[in-house]
Amino acid sequence: MDRRRSATIALILGAVAIAAGIAISYAIHWFPASASSQAKNTDRLYHVLVIASVPIFVLVTGVILYCIWQFRMRPGEEGKDGPPIHGNTRLEVFWTALPTALLLGLVGYSFVVLHENEKKPAREIQVGVTAQQFTWTYQYPSSVTGGAPLNSYQLYVPQGESVEFNLRSKDVIHAFWVPAFRIQEDVVPGITTHWRATPDRIGTYPVVCNLLCGVGHSLMRSEVHVVPESKFKEWLASQKGASGATASAPGASG
Amino acid sequence: MAARIRQPGFYRAGVWMVGAVAFSFFLTWVVRTSTGHSTFRHFISGDAILTVALIAVPLAFLIGIGGFDYWFYWAAGRPTRPEDHSGHGAYTWKDYFRINTDHKVIGIQYTVNSFIFLLVGGLLAMLMRAQLAQPGSHFVDANTFNGLFSVHASILIFLFIIPVFAGLGNFVIPLMIGAPDMAFPRLNALSFWLLPVAGLMMLGSFFAPGGSFADGWTAYAPLSTNAPIGQTFFSVAVQFAGASSVMTALNFLVTIITMRAPGMSFFRMPLLVWANFATSLLVVIATPFIAASQFFVLLDRALGFNFFNAGHGGDVLMYQHVFWFYSHPAVYIMMLPGFGIISEVIAVKARKPIFGYRMMAFSLLAIVGLGFTVWAHHMFTSGMANWIRIPMAITTSIIAVPTGIKIFSWLATLYRGVLHLDTPMLFTLGFLTTFTLGGISGVMLAMIPFDIHVSSSYFIVAHIHYVLFGGSLMTIFAGVYYWFPKMTGRMFDERLGKWHFWTTFVFLNLTFGPMHILGLQGMPRRVSTYASQFADMNLFISIASFGLGLSVLIFLYNIVTSWRGGPRATANPYRAMTLEWHVSSPPPVFNFDRVPTVVGGPYEYGVPGAQHGIFTPTPTPMGASAGVHATSGET
Repeated sequence: MDRRRSATIALILGAVAIAAGIAISYAIHWFPASASSQAKNTDRLYHVLVIASVPIFVLVTGVILYCIWQFRMRPGEEGKDGPPIHGNTRLEVFWTALPTALLLGLVGYSFVVLHENEKKPAREIQVGVTAQQFTWTYQYPSSVTGGAPLNSYQLYVPQGESVEFNLRSKDVIHAFWVPAFRIQEDVVPGITTHWRATPDRIGTYPVVCNLLCGVGHSLMRSEVHVVPESKFKEWLASQKGASGATASAPGASG
Repeated sequence: MAARIRQPGFYRAGVWMVGAVAFSFFLTWVVRTSTGHSTFRHFISGDAILTVALIAVPLAFLIGIGGFDYWFYWAAGRPTRPEDHSGHGAYTWKDYFRINTDHKVIGIQYTVNSFIFLLVGGLLAMLMRAQLAQPGSHFVDANTFNGLFSVHASILIFLFIIPVFAGLGNFVIPLMIGAPDMAFPRLNALSFWLLPVAGLMMLGSFFAPGGSFADGWTAYAPLSTNAPIGQTFFSVAVQFAGASSVMTALNFLVTIITMRAPGMSFFRMPLLVWANFATSLLVVIATPFIAASQFFVLLDRALGFNFFNAGHGGDVLMYQHVFWFYSHPAVYIMMLPGFGIISEVIAVKARKPIFGYRMMAFSLLAIVGLGFTVWAHHMFTSGMANWIRIPMAITTSIIAVPTGIKIFSWLATLYRGVLHLDTPMLFTLGFLTTFTLGGISGVMLAMIPFDIHVSSSYFIVAHIHYVLFGGSLMTIFAGVYYWFPKMTGRMFDERLGKWHFWTTFVFLNLTFGPMHILGLQGMPRRVSTYASQFADMNLFISIASFGLGLSVLIFLYNIVTSWRGGPRATANPYRAMTLEWHVSSPPPVFNFDRVPTVVGGPYEYGVPGAQHGIFTPTPTPMGASAGVHATSGET
């Protein structure tokens, strides 16, 4: 009887803890500003993962706290042993099958998000990204500029249009990470790697090298400017005159 | 003096090492002159001499200290002494500083050596957190900082977590299975002495021209193949640490397979033995891969092989595949022995049989198998072919299932037990919570779109420290406290032990918890400075980490004072059933005066009249028993 009452109390407290945990997970400011359509999907995936994780963590810590509360050794029990329970096959099958189903469900959902994030749209622009110790440069092909290709230290992208970044390295491995887009990929010498994002929020966001590339790694940062389509065209036009100067700089040092 | 130089020991080692330095100069001179570098100016190539010396000097040390004496005698056709047990036992502190073939002495050598490197590795972390307390700080320069985290990780992985488990296993496993020693005592002794060599080499790299190796413990090519000479210290040190791992793992496997006491079937083995059996399988299969990855780097660096030089047909991604094919299983090498410790502590301290013993054993083997199928989840953003991510994400999710089985079985073991909440048990329960957090963030990282955001960020730093500190180190503390009475014959101070637990548990979460958010917010790892938006949280983490560092001092004080003057321990202070508790504390030199016979499972708590091992009631007379041992030792 007493055991039943304490179990009820524990279950109620556990349910409250789960509800509180999920509520707190929504209150915490986990992510920086979200500036791409991919970021929305990834953030949603993260929240699903947190919601699935809270009950598991509450279950584990809850059972431990319950056992400490109910079953800790009382004075006079120094010589006492517990009941010799060796196992329960049905319970063991249950806690093998349920997590398997949960995990496969989550990984399946993550594949849906992955497919959604990496889907090639009908229209997209290409931007080259070149990494070298310890700077980023960006290449706009003539299909984007409408004239001569442009090489720039600045990264501008139009809002609402899918951009495929083609990443090349001149020396060691770097990683091109835009936390606001929730995407990164290594920049590997010898091969070209890619990622795409559809920027959907106007603003300026950090670009970070996220793979150790030498002494200047910490400072290998840049920015991406997400601007309206018209501003993007203006910026491209304004770069035309300066193009020769900026283009020569990285080439000379590479 | 001449006699000292002939005897195995530090004097002879010193002579051999001087000879090895001379050999390094000589070999470099011969090779360089024969390939056209004939002038004196070209002869002086510090890097070449140093590279040769890094391999030759440690080998000379091992020969000098006597690690190979028996085999050299045998190979030279000189008389060997197979029954010579003079290397056994420790009678003075000096016996810990020579080649010693007693598994209990080696276990303590391993454990103490590992904890010294824990202090060193922890100190390096404190220096890092001092630098990171503020953005743009100039406590150390960027190159030194890169060296600090590289050596921190390498020391704590290769010189602390992996060997400390081998050390505890070395002490406990032969006792648990009723064996007089390990199967290969001389190999055991050699495997220990490789470790200080590897550790000093890693630390010594700080004095190398150009600074220590500074490319992370992952040493990704081509950064590592073009780094200053300090990188060679890492490439070679890993070979010595890896060789030590493989030797010990082979020794564990043979010992466990062939030297169990009569009646101890595989399913009567304690789960610590099972855990080390599984770990040893991982070690012998996986470790050659990291050895290979570092040999590739060494050959690229020293001899221009261009394995990873994209400009000459090299393949940069290949390094990562070979590296992670070891280094992911290594995560389980650093966790499975801890699972074993938890099983031992939890059964004894909850006074109940382990719930689902067979599934506990099988889940270890499942982790061994699955552990080899997940390595490329470290490479979701590496630029490898996209499709590889899909199967790796599935296996990475599934490997959480056997780990979950273990967690749930431990919880069920607690249920309705009689919980003795002393220090080893507190670390065990603390482990269950922090390791669950590490497991949860691990499952999150299996989700590719999420990993694409946080890979290589501070979220990873948080995850790995919840697994290796909240997981491995908590189990190590649990195990060291649990077997401390058996290893030293003294009891530790319970009150200080509880203080140690609570400070560790609180500061561990305060240090590593906020790192999750830093990573999600966009802070990369392995940076010596960061954007100002991360300043407040980093300062908080730095302060918490100093608290975590201080908590280790409580442990140190407790262990040192208890070892010197703690109350004497009885043979079996915990009323445990496994065999190591049925010999004196500390155990006799040859472990068992009477060979035990195993008649039941190791955790039959609460079963009326149950016994795990019985000792023959009438010991044979001393004179006769020695003769019997010599002939029937293998039975």
